[in-house]
Amino acid sequence: MTYIPISPAERDAMLATVGAKSLDALFDAIPASVRFPKLDLPPALTEMEAASLLDELASANESVRGDLVSFLGAGMYNHYIPAVVDHILRRGEFYTAYTPYQPEISQGTLQAIFEYQSLMAALTGMDLSNASHYDGATAAAEAVNMAFANFRGKRRKVVLSTSIHPQYREVIRTYTQGIDLTLVGDDSAADLQASPAALIPLIDANTALVMVQYPDFFGRVFDYTRLIEAAHAQGAFVCVIANPTALALFKTPGAMGADIVVGEGQPLGIPMWYGGPSLGFFTTKKQYVHKMAGRLVGETVDTRGQKGYVLTLTAREQHIKREKATSNICSNQSLLALASAVYLSVIGKSGLKQVANLCYQKAHYAASELSKLPGVGLCFSQPFFHEFALCLPKPVAEINAHLLEHGILGGYDLGQDYPSLKNHLLVAVTEMNTKDEIDSLVEVLKEALND
Amino acid sequence: MIEPTIFELSSPGRTGVTFPQADVPAFDLPEADLLRGDLPLPELAEVDVVRHYMALSKYNYSVDGGFYPLGSCTMKYNPKINEDTCRLPGFLHTHPLQPIETVQGNLALMFEMQEWLKEISGFAAVTLQPAAGAHGEFTGVLMMRAYHQSRGDAKRVKMLIPDAAHGTNPASSGLVGFSVVTIPSDARGNVDLDALKAQCDDTVAGMMLTNPNTLGLFDEHIEKVIGLVHGCGGLMYADGANLNALLGIVRPGDLGFDVMHFNLHKTFAVPHGGGGPGSGPVGVAEKLADFLPTPLVGIIEEADDENPPLYGFVTPKHTIGRMKAFHGHFGGGVVRAYTYIAMHGGEGLKDISQYAVLNANYLKARLEKTYRVPFDRTCMHEFVMEGRFEGTDIRALDIAKRLMDYDFHPPTNYFPLIVHEALMIEPTETENKDTLDRFADTLIAIAEEAKTNPEIIKTAPHSTPFGRMDEVKAAKELVLCCWLPEEQ
Repeated sequence: MTYIPISPAERDAMLATVGAKSLDALFDAIPASVRFPKLDLPPALTEMEAASLLDELASANESVRGDLVSFLGAGMYNHYIPAVVDHILRRGEFYTAYTPYQPEISQGTLQAIFEYQSLMAALTGMDLSNASHYDGATAAAEAVNMAFANFRGKRRKVVLSTSIHPQYREVIRTYTQGIDLTLVGDDSAADLQASPAALIPLIDANTALVMVQYPDFFGRVFDYTRLIEAAHAQGAFVCVIANPTALALFKTPGAMGADIVVGEGQPLGIPMWYGGPSLGFFTTKKQYVHKMAGRLVGETVDTRGQKGYVLTLTAREQHIKREKATSNICSNQSLLALASAVYLSVIGKSGLKQVANLCYQKAHYAASELSKLPGVGLCFSQPFFHEFALCLPKPVAEINAHLLEHGILGGYDLGQDYPSLKNHLLVAVTEMNTKDEIDSLVEVLKEALND
Repeated sequence: MIEPTIFELSSPGRTGVTFPQADVPAFDLPEADLLRGDLPLPELAEVDVVRHYMALSKYNYSVDGGFYPLGSCTMKYNPKINEDTCRLPGFLHTHPLQPIETVQGNLALMFEMQEWLKEISGFAAVTLQPAAGAHGEFTGVLMMRAYHQSRGDAKRVKMLIPDAAHGTNPASSGLVGFSVVTIPSDARGNVDLDALKAQCDDTVAGMMLTNPNTLGLFDEHIEKVIGLVHGCGGLMYADGANLNALLGIVRPGDLGFDVMHFNLHKTFAVPHGGGGPGSGPVGVAEKLADFLPTPLVGIIEEADDENPPLYGFVTPKHTIGRMKAFHGHFGGGVVRAYTYIAMHGGEGLKDISQYAVLNANYLKARLEKTYRVPFDRTCMHEFVMEGRFEGTDIRALDIAKRLMDYDFHPPTNYFPLIVHEALMIEPTETENKDTLDRFADTLIAIAEEAKTNPEIIKTAPHSTPFGRMDEVKAAKELVLCCWLPEEQ
């Protein structure tokens, strides 16, 4: 199959205009010894054959819609996506456009991103949002870079709570390996039962940033107001990694005084897609707008006096600042920012509250029923949102294997990342889980314990 | 009429998509001081939302709508089948932390994609994890640093970057703590060999080279350039932004490059999405393979007579770590690009590059009598010309805006920085001769307008729904949000 719309006769006419004898003759600048390698790839397929091959691969998976009942979260959540979202995303006007560098003919993308920025600021309780980052983990890493750059290397410590998603902490370590920065607070021996105030003694005049997660990796909801005050007393920034669905129900990090709020946008109308692409949202206070990385859309007027939008503050970006830029970002997750804007618009104020409330109620029902099983208990006593850590009398791997035999995707094995949480299962429940599914989880888990 | 914002369209009490009542007993919420007050999101019906975003979509120019010759961006046609395959429920609704036994389809696809990209590029190993081209660059540069450090060679802090390079190259190097040394281009648009030689010493970490470069020219001394950098112990980074010129033409690994990022959203027809998501896999030579990000997809159990292989995750021995959560842009990036490669095969990929190069040379041939092309030799998939005319004050920006009146997307302008009033044109292989002729005729007509009616160019565009925007006002007033928080 080819998508080249040129006939042999047209090709020959074009070659004549160019003054080349053949297509191959266009490549004389390339060293002859390595020119025109024969690529050992499978033979080309027609569209019909490709559709069937991909269908076969997709069908070899067990999906959480139809094949498996899922209680797995740990950073990606199985939420309902209204049909409207993908219908809008499939508009070629949106998905086959480039970054909106030419505002006269890109107002669709620009206004959609401006609305996304507004929706995210409203949701997080912050002043403003950028146009998005790759995912929650990279948005968190950008927050570290922003804080580090803000103090021009004079503060070299970042305090990370150990109850931040382990993969986010790994990404932050990868991102910062070329700069002289110490990450403290997230050693695996840290007391997981301790309150956020336990981080306060680690904050000093050398601290650029304090980072926590909300709800944390174990699903717990803490009020970080005191921690944030303590960090501010030392002049440090505070970044809260937030779950956007939870923000429909719980006090916003903005109201707690956070300087930066980032997070994974996947719960807002984006499929799990085996981990991506999704988006990382990044919101902050007005006074830090010049320090923030990433694309930004601002309102203005055109020569005809009409309201319009442009990419703005581009002087912060890599194509102007080159090696002096604090981030090398040159794109955003535009199409997925559109997905989240459509999602938040079409379910609106009442819909997002319903989703959050359903998650909360169903998760609490599941926690309550599961913790009635003999030998099973909730690991933590704090309020939680839609995810909770369950202590089991048997290894999680055994339990999950048994659940899987019954078509249930159990939760996340916390022992993988936290030695002190051996035999602890992280269970996520969303609006997608029915009472029947929860009841059967309880039933099958009970069986597994008796096995 | 200008479309209001989604907040302006909101009306209290309207509802869109709703959710079922809870089917579980009610549980108390935590204390009120842990709960939020008002949730200031818009309230609309579904039809309001659809009309709104449909109205916005009509303000956009797109590849589906017309010719988009944006240099270095490879705005090729995005096949529709890819939109369907990437949305198959088995891909869409799998969780990244599912047991590997339940996602063998995903893993087989990723494994094969790693193999295909290795074959296409001539590298020994490939990671699919980076989320975009710039993210791939950052990954590559981190690996270069890790490689030198592992050899106790920490004094290598210099990254050599040609003056024609994309801004992401120096930015990525800066993030890793390298100092950037700019290497000039020579009169034929190649790397200036003498200037390069003068910098080659034992503090060189490597060189980041885009080849073909941003002038659309294949470096005529590429083997010498690579030899010089290797000779002083540096590593060669290939910016794969321009790979659409090289498929089946030459493999960067065979030329001697050590590391390269792919842009699946340019070369392999993943749509640009209005600025993302992209996908930026990275390929490396054998000596860097142990430093790749974790995890890679590998075969955990070999196939036997009865069973296919079991695919799973493996961690490279000296991995730089994780570049993002989970496994990269699988669904929207890798699945689409996999579909595209599967439908082309080796010969089909070579056709892509040959026709991309033919189209660029054809446009250049039609335009070079009217517009000055500063480096005049056979170009690859794009070329750069000057958007200015003797005796007028018409600038590249004006020409770009005037093209919109003729329903074309403008070329990239003011880049690369080494050409005055640059217009960088990349037609891609998916445009027919009629479109290219119409575009060339239009640019020639604009050159004529420059003599007869320059004002119409300087005040363009006239036929678009919006005129030129006041960018100074946007940056000065910084209205970034149409929802204003109450003063605290």
